[in-house]
Amino acid sequence: MVDDGNIFEIKDFSIYYGDFMAVKNVRIDVRAGRITAIIGPSGCGKSTLLRSLNRMNDLIISSRVEGQVLFQGVDIYHRDTDVIELRRRVGMVFQKPNPFPSSVYENVAYGPKIRGIRKKSQLDEIVENALVRADLWKEVKDKLNESGLSLSGGQMQRLCIARSLAQEPEVLLFDEPTSALDPISTANIENLLQELQKTVTIIIVTHNMQQAARISNYTAFMYLGEMIEFGDTDTIFVNPYNKLTEEYITGRFG
Amino acid sequence: MTRISETARKPFALVRKKRFNLKQGFFLSLIRTFGFAGALTLFVILFFVAYNGIHVISWDFISRPPIEAMTKGGIFPVIVGTVLLTALCMIAVIPIGVTTAVFLAEYSKPGMLLDTVMMSIYTLAGVPSVVFGLFGLGVFVVMFNFGMSLLAGSLTLAIMVLPYIISTSEEALKAVPYSFREASLACGATKWQTIKKVVLPTAMPGILTGAILGTAKVSGETAPIMFTAAAFFTPGVPRSFFEPVMALPYHIYVLATAGTHIEETRGIQYGTALTLIVLVLGMNLLGIILRSRQRKKKTW
Repeated sequence: MVDDGNIFEIKDFSIYYGDFMAVKNVRIDVRAGRITAIIGPSGCGKSTLLRSLNRMNDLIISSRVEGQVLFQGVDIYHRDTDVIELRRRVGMVFQKPNPFPSSVYENVAYGPKIRGIRKKSQLDEIVENALVRADLWKEVKDKLNESGLSLSGGQMQRLCIARSLAQEPEVLLFDEPTSALDPISTANIENLLQELQKTVTIIIVTHNMQQAARISNYTAFMYLGEMIEFGDTDTIFVNPYNKLTEEYITGRFG
Repeated sequence: MTRISETARKPFALVRKKRFNLKQGFFLSLIRTFGFAGALTLFVILFFVAYNGIHVISWDFISRPPIEAMTKGGIFPVIVGTVLLTALCMIAVIPIGVTTAVFLAEYSKPGMLLDTVMMSIYTLAGVPSVVFGLFGLGVFVVMFNFGMSLLAGSLTLAIMVLPYIISTSEEALKAVPYSFREASLACGATKWQTIKKVVLPTAMPGILTGAILGTAKVSGETAPIMFTAAAFFTPGVPRSFFEPVMALPYHIYVLATAGTHIEETRGIQYGTALTLIVLVLGMNLLGIILRSRQRKKKTW
């Protein structure tokens, strides 16, 4: 799984909401098997960019895109692209934990079930596997039939991660996954991300610069829809090339 | 508890001084009176009907058919008729109503079509019930040749309650958080799978509550079944969809106006009315309990 190729190549990519250009001519390559963080002040287009990578942006009626996003060399905005398959291979975890109002088991089995897996033994295996990978198995193995909504915030978020992992995705997109969590749950999730990185490519949008610095290999800094700087996390945080980047990470604005 | 809060309040300079404001007092008591009058009306009606009807209520009354030109005996076929009419009505209206609500809440885009559909639904909700009765007579009884029958009556009731079922279902669907849909789609579900597996099950308690309250509404209707289903008298319970039925509201109407022994049957009239009210209140209560329980359960 881990190789140094590019899993996403984003080429002169722009996103519009109506007449408003939310993302402007972004050009970056995302390395497979690494954690890439996207940082920037509110409204800079980082979530919009993230959501365009598995075409969750399609759900906003007025949105349209220009340019190309290649996922493993395939243009995901081509009209022949199977969006359903794309979303299976590029999973997403949201800001607010959003488990379904059903049992822990049903939450994790949701994706495999809609893909037609019916055999109980096979589903059991997938569910256990995903929960183990999401570091939640030990806590919930005795309450698989309890409601997913009865868990704590941090557990719910790991349940959502397990739900995505049950699809065996190649990429996981995280949209500020810890901004609704307490510091201990946040630390758990951060550790989990570093563990998951061994098997899945991770792209994370975060408000929290320390978080980006702690866990990511690459960091992209966006401002007003533009990609200001993209590179090694160490370089970005220690020796940024751009003045804006420096001002943002030193906390002078944003 | 009180003592603590009183001592805590004492030094506070902004404590409201007691003073009598005539205008405010007047309007306050006016509002109270009217509010109270609303509740009182219900209790007066309930008391009146119960007072006059309770003495005829017995197991025989609800389990036996009427005898001796409906001056004696029970109202068993009448209850069965009303239950069958409303049940069949719900079987017909729920699939159509929920499908329409799914279209409105999930698929429709703002525009001419949506405006037209919404306008039609609102207008339909405002049509007087006797007009539905005439429509049912024209379409189901005559055109489709169902005759005065259980089927024609339930379909007429179904059309009448359709706007209500649509709007309660639509509200239930819209109350499902967007984040559930988002999560499902991000798992690689199609829109239809998302609706079927996540949105509809989540909205189901709300949809059912609407259906129960709709049932309560329908079971008391007289005008829509008058020309389409309700019989003056049937010897027993119907054996097919194409037979006319007796129904509680129509039975009251018949006994009170069209019978030959109006005075003699006063007791039965009130007894029937009481049965109907208990039935409707019971269903309303069930709907209200369901609704409050699901509100408590809702943690998202």
